[in-house]
Amino acid sequence: MPAEIDRNELRRLVEAGAQLVEVLPEEEYAEDHLPKAISIPLGRLDDEASTTLDTNRPVIVYCWDIA
Amino acid sequence: MSPRAAWRLESLGFGEVYEYRGGKLDWMAAGLPTEGTNAKRPRAGSLARADVPTCRLDERLGDIRDRAREQGWDAAVVINSERVVLGLLRAKELDLDPDQQVSQAMRPAPSTFRPYVLAEEMAAYMRDHERVSVVITTSDGRLVGLLRKEDVGA
Repeated sequence: MPAEIDRNELRRLVEAGAQLVEVLPEEEYAEDHLPKAISIPLGRLDDEASTTLDTNRPVIVYCWDIA
Repeated sequence: MSPRAAWRLESLGFGEVYEYRGGKLDWMAAGLPTEGTNAKRPRAGSLARADVPTCRLDERLGDIRDRAREQGWDAAVVINSERVVLGLLRAKELDLDPDQQVSQAMRPAPSTFRPYVLAEEMAAYMRDHERVSVVITTSDGRLVGLLRKEDVGA
């Protein structure tokens, strides 16, 4: 079950090498994204997750807020 | 959207999946840096004057007025020990009876804005609402600074 984290845990995990993924549309990522985040819009997750991400390393997903 | 993404990744075989529920809104509201085309545009948080005079609820109004004006300010922000904003003293309030306490004179619970709001959006708001200055705070209410209309060209 995916664990919910706050911004402090996020920073710690990213420093420790976790992959950070913004799942919003590409245009929104282009305007503003968290440092070190990559863009995989939700609709492309199935196709791109296995090629872009490493299944053996932690991965964090986020969008604008919970919505 | 992110809960769906997190569950989907687990089903695709990712063993360690986390979800940052606060998301970009929480990150930016805390005044943390972002990257991207908007990141280089001026925002309320970077333009706000962090050196605005501050005071506590139980201080004497006349003392704050003198201190603020000596520093060239016509405003002061009332905060607690955690820097959470409790009120605002504008020129009008600073000129009230100097012997009363700040808590009696201040404008309580002033409307505040988050640091990530773009300068041009703040300028439009301040023009439309005829505001001379607005308080910029983080999402947990802590003072970032006072943004004056001249800071955003309004």
